[in-house]
Amino acid sequence: MTDWRPGANHVIQRQRAALLADLRDYFAKQRVLEVETPLLCRAGVSDPALENFEVPCGHEMRFLQTSPEYAMKRLLAAGSGDIFQICKAFRWEEQGVRHNPEYTLLEWYRLGIDHYQLAREVGELVAAVLERPGWQIWSWQAIFQEVLGAGAHTAPREELEALAMGHLGEIPLGLDRDSLLDLLMSHCVEPAITGWGIVFIIDYPASQAALAQRILDVAGEPRGARFECYVDGTELANGYWECGDAAELRARFAEDNSLRKARGQSDRRPDEQLLDALTAGLPPCAGVALGVDRLLALKTGAQDLDAVLSFAWSRS
Amino acid sequence: MANFSTNEFKSGLKVMLDGEPCSILENEFVKPGKGQAFNRVKLRNLRSGRVWDRTFKSGDSLEGADVLDVELEYSYTDGEFFYFMDPVSFDQHAASADAVGDTQKWLREQEKYEVTLYNGAPITVSPPNFIELEITETDPGLKGDTAQGGSKPATLTTGAVVRVPLFISQGESIRIDTRTGDYVSRASKN
Repeated sequence: MTDWRPGANHVIQRQRAALLADLRDYFAKQRVLEVETPLLCRAGVSDPALENFEVPCGHEMRFLQTSPEYAMKRLLAAGSGDIFQICKAFRWEEQGVRHNPEYTLLEWYRLGIDHYQLAREVGELVAAVLERPGWQIWSWQAIFQEVLGAGAHTAPREELEALAMGHLGEIPLGLDRDSLLDLLMSHCVEPAITGWGIVFIIDYPASQAALAQRILDVAGEPRGARFECYVDGTELANGYWECGDAAELRARFAEDNSLRKARGQSDRRPDEQLLDALTAGLPPCAGVALGVDRLLALKTGAQDLDAVLSFAWSRS
Repeated sequence: MANFSTNEFKSGLKVMLDGEPCSILENEFVKPGKGQAFNRVKLRNLRSGRVWDRTFKSGDSLEGADVLDVELEYSYTDGEFFYFMDPVSFDQHAASADAVGDTQKWLREQEKYEVTLYNGAPITVSPPNFIELEITETDPGLKGDTAQGGSKPATLTTGAVVRVPLFISQGESIRIDTRTGDYVSRASKN
């Protein structure tokens, strides 16, 4: 007999339905338009930390989207105004108690605001859903200083490696500078903020800007205009003050691909339709992606995503 | 041996780490919002029994360890090695005192033990949860006292010393929980 039963019980199934209804209700009241975009597209993602599921479709290979970002930006460039989407997203080989390779994402875009203003909206929404009193905002630099006692922004690679070894003992050898920052973030900062409730970390190192604008902070240092929202140490949402410069993004995709090549990952051609849309003009906007399954897990106190999904990866 | 990637790590998988055979206990996938993913792995060094915590970059791999758990019967010791026999093939395996470790206290001839073989040689020997052994030495028993508390030391054929109730006498066989070293009862009829 197979294990055919769902992981989520009846109570949690109802809570999921209610959460989705509440989210849609919130955006309807805010006059943000619900949209749908394709999940199986011609272009994949070049970020070396992400891998698409590849699906053979006749003569071509298509890619299950790791987020609906590219297609939603094409809608924005076409004049959609504020939009949101609740859809499935797919990430190859990301599986664990907080990861399911196929998961539900809430992604939305607001015109004419920056990532600080968007973080405020995320804070209000998440605090309301989880019935928490409020949230804290930390700059990336300040939280590293607080937890690790080190100014990691400018520290050279060797210093970061020594810092990681000091805190963690044995670490994988040969990590590059950004991977060391990721290691310190996931192994030192995240556990340290577990008891802090809702925490925003904002203004990342410029090398970790991803698709966000690069800006200068008060000290004149370049930063990625990005935020992450953590709740009890669990990463819940990732937001950008969007970079709409097609040439800049093309250059970042090329950088991604040279890093992919060095790591033995396959090349990902840039999404030309996205780049053409940006050339036509992306309105100034900020966007955020929020993990709905994790939000439900936080709301219900579930320790494992298996308990909030009907059929998690091992059951599907 | 085959190589195993971090996404194949699961509890019970035997791998080589720093030249030591290890068994994977837990494997946790960790990833910051964006960026490099890691696997935080707990492994038991099968030789020393120590538990190691290690972080791997996701996608890194480890060589599988040639490790096999078998059930063997204890035969005898020549003072240096302890000899175990496969009850089916009659193959003999010599285990060092290091490999036998604390299990030495619970060795009884013809009893079955779980033996972990690494490259064909025993590295650990685990006793059954319960074992019956004879008492070679203890103070004389107190007649009639079967219900009250109170205990005394008793030496077993293996040299192990356990606490037994006062009514137990020398020459009797008793049942012991090997996980705690506690007396359980008088042995079932031999």
